[in-house]
Amino acid sequence: MNALSLPELLVLVVRRDLVLAMRRRADVLTTLVFFVMVVSLFPLGVGKGELTLLHRIAPGVVWVAALLASMLSLGRMFSADYLDGTLEQILLAPQSLSVLVLGKIVAHWMVSGLPLVLMAPVLGLQFGLPADQLGVLMLALLLGTPVLSMIGAVGAALTLGLRGGGVLVSLLVLPLCIPVLVFGSGAVAQVAGGVTYAAHLELLCALLVAAAVSTPWVTAQALRISME
Amino acid sequence: MGSNSLAINWFKYSAPSTFYALAGKLAPWFAGLSAILFMIGLYMGLVAAPTDVQQGEAYRIIYIHVPTSILSMFIYLLMAGYAALGLIFNTRLSAMMAGALAPTGALFSLIALWTGAFWGRPEWGTYWVWDARLTSELILFFLYLGFIALHASIDDPRRADRAAALLAIVGSVNVPIIYFSVYWWNTLHQIPTFQVSGAKIDPTMEHALLVMMFACWFYAIAMTFWRVRSIILERERNTQWVRELPEARS
Amino acid sequence: MTLHEFFYMGGKGFYVWGAYGMALLVFVVEVALVRNRRTQALKQVRLLRDAEGEE
Repeated sequence: MNALSLPELLVLVVRRDLVLAMRRRADVLTTLVFFVMVVSLFPLGVGKGELTLLHRIAPGVVWVAALLASMLSLGRMFSADYLDGTLEQILLAPQSLSVLVLGKIVAHWMVSGLPLVLMAPVLGLQFGLPADQLGVLMLALLLGTPVLSMIGAVGAALTLGLRGGGVLVSLLVLPLCIPVLVFGSGAVAQVAGGVTYAAHLELLCALLVAAAVSTPWVTAQALRISME
Repeated sequence: MGSNSLAINWFKYSAPSTFYALAGKLAPWFAGLSAILFMIGLYMGLVAAPTDVQQGEAYRIIYIHVPTSILSMFIYLLMAGYAALGLIFNTRLSAMMAGALAPTGALFSLIALWTGAFWGRPEWGTYWVWDARLTSELILFFLYLGFIALHASIDDPRRADRAAALLAIVGSVNVPIIYFSVYWWNTLHQIPTFQVSGAKIDPTMEHALLVMMFACWFYAIAMTFWRVRSIILERERNTQWVRELPEARS
Repeated sequence: MTLHEFFYMGGKGFYVWGAYGMALLVFVVEVALVRNRRTQALKQVRLLRDAEGEE
């Protein structure tokens, strides 16, 4: 068998997970629908008359909804492979487990995080957000949702096969996601205030890089612990 | 030869059976000292220390808020340290110590939150202020709960120890990041921070804080030692030495 | 300060004693929980010993 280079390995894993996710399209869509519904509830609850209030809470609401949607979909990352024994084989494979895990995280993000980024402008309009804020919101989500997937991966790996399910993972992961929430919604709020938002986005970038470098390895360790 | 005997002593006390006895001997001393220090510290803080110029008498809450707050963070780091030791060296006792520290740390952070809120109310008019320290304290409380919940959710003790240990280490790396992000958010929203007024802090205040710090610290040590003894009994109940303990005879 | 001043705390007595009171409550509860844990653990050990003894 030809030895696979790391990028080839990554593409292989991502492609496999995407194909599997597409076979269970309903799962993917429910997360997206959840996101849209949660965000839409706020204007309905607050009332259309309170436009300035909606403007101000919009970034926070979108981000919290993104967080919740991300938590919901975390179970999918490893559980299917765990249940049918594939995960065991993955752990035994000679290739670097960190790279394989990174592939799974990327695939998870493409299915759970990326749709949120694309949906966000539509939702922002519900809150009456102007175009420049929508742009920053999309960019912030683009940078932040991968971090949510990566932190979530650690939680998913630690809670593999446990009864607590989604609630336990959320309890573990949500506190760790707070920096993403703060910088992500802060960036949009800065635009609203007419102040430079670059610093927030730069911090999000820093989080993204730090997470990308550390979480695959940590998740791999967590998987080993869970599968002993 | 000097370093050899040190090495032997270290590993001797890393055996649950020896540590059980040691903890049992030391805990009452720490408890007693803690009680005495509490009495001294409370007198110093509630009676002897002068009234704060700006905040009046309510500021006296700091004598319980600050020590418990600092200790809740210190205990978390200690817990993560033991967790790391347990993961690296595979010593059971390290994992047991981490598990013993968690509830005490969580309760300290709970006290810090409550006392912080009760300090905030007379000061800022609301029970809760999203300042960097209180918010980070709340998140620390959640991190403690997560650790305890994860450990409790896993039946296999070894997997439970190792998974919770990894979570503790990840959490401890995150705490500075979380603190920074909340501080950043605070400076944007101009949230006020808790402070005792005056550039000159009265020496009695300083001494009272120090005494209360030690009181809380010794209390934490006593509780942790007593708790780890119970954990040792739970984990090692199938061993000979536990069966033959005098307290195990009905 | 007088005893009255001590309890009154410049009008902020509720807050000061509410704070310290909660701390005391938590300490008392923690001690009770630790003692209870020990009792339960010893009970388990005794159960195991008695079961063994019957064999």
